[in-house]
Amino acid sequence: MLTPEIARLWLNHFAALIDDNKAHLSDLDTPIGDADHGNNMARGMVALTEALQAKPDLDLAGVFKASAMALISKVGGASGPLYGTAFLEMAKTAKNSADLPTLLDAALAGVIKRGGAEVGDKTMVDAWTPLVKATHDGTLSQAVIDEAVASTEPLVAKKGRAAYLGERGIGHRDPGAESTGYLFKALLETEGTL
Amino acid sequence: MTYGIVIVSHVPEIAAGLPKLLTQVAAHIDITHAGGTDDNDIGTSMLKISSAFDENTADELLAFYDLGSAKMNLEMAIEMADKPVHLYNTALIEGAYTAATLLEAGVSLPDVEKQLKPLVIK
Ligand SMILES: Nc1ncnc2c1ncn2[C@@H]1O[C@H](COP(=O)(O)OP(=O)(O)OP(=O)(O)O)[C@@H](O)[C@H]1O
Ligand SMILES: [Mg+2]
Repeated sequence: MLTPEIARLWLNHFAALIDDNKAHLSDLDTPIGDADHGNNMARGMVALTEALQAKPDLDLAGVFKASAMALISKVGGASGPLYGTAFLEMAKTAKNSADLPTLLDAALAGVIKRGGAEVGDKTMVDAWTPLVKATHDGTLSQAVIDEAVASTEPLVAKKGRAAYLGERGIGHRDPGAESTGYLFKALLETEGTL
Repeated sequence: MTYGIVIVSHVPEIAAGLPKLLTQVAAHIDITHAGGTDDNDIGTSMLKISSAFDENTADELLAFYDLGSAKMNLEMAIEMADKPVHLYNTALIEGAYTAATLLEAGVSLPDVEKQLKPLVIK
């Protein structure tokens, strides 16, 4: 069962991974996008950690809601409404459940609702989908994460900036899938989440 | 019932510039805009979009946007808006110009929408 304290550790660790890999994420966004994914996410994660720090007594739903509002208001790119909606849906579900796979189901449904992407469209949905499933199956590992993220490389994008490139995007990894990989890596590396 | 137009772009200058083109043919239509992030970088901001809804004095709004996150942020702002907002996936300039011209001429919303259909590109 996820507690507000463990959720904070998870989200703060996600923020640290984003910050460490900011340049790499923007590099991935350069050939098939507008070179800002790392900066967008890092800006949002600064706001997220500040929002959590400012409110030390939140319940689980409150932790996710504060995170969502920070990302929605500060990211500025597509990843803002996408991760923002994911966390907002987790906040709604957290009112009735503290079961991590159940919360992540709600998050993925939120990403799909907001962006309209399906598996195979070369977006973060291609990482979210198998990784949420792995939390249900108890099989989440770094190898599973790497495989999910790399699965975007051979695809032709149907959504987002990369869609304008068509087949020229083949061979490039989707930056949003990579950042989603960090969200799940942060789970693996935060004791008490899985 | 009055109709207004809201323009959303990643670039503050695009969002501010397009209304100049529209006002020329639609002097009586309220046109508000939201461009760029909160820091006026390239991107979109749900808060700016919500403000553009609030600043618009019309009862009902027609919204036009450029790319990607503009649509997602518009949809989130629409979920929180206290007046009806219609979102169109048309080419930004042509769609907004068509709506402005027709609304100024007093054309009904269903007829405006009929004329927007062929301009849908996303
Ligand atoms: N419709 C969508 N559905 C799911 N994921 C999407 C969608 N559009 C973009 N993405 C994800 O967002 C990532 C890009 O995030 P980023 O922060 O760079 O936004 P952006 O595309 O630059 O935003 P903008 O639309 O404002 O230009 C992509 O790599 C992809 O994973
Ligand atoms: Mg980008």
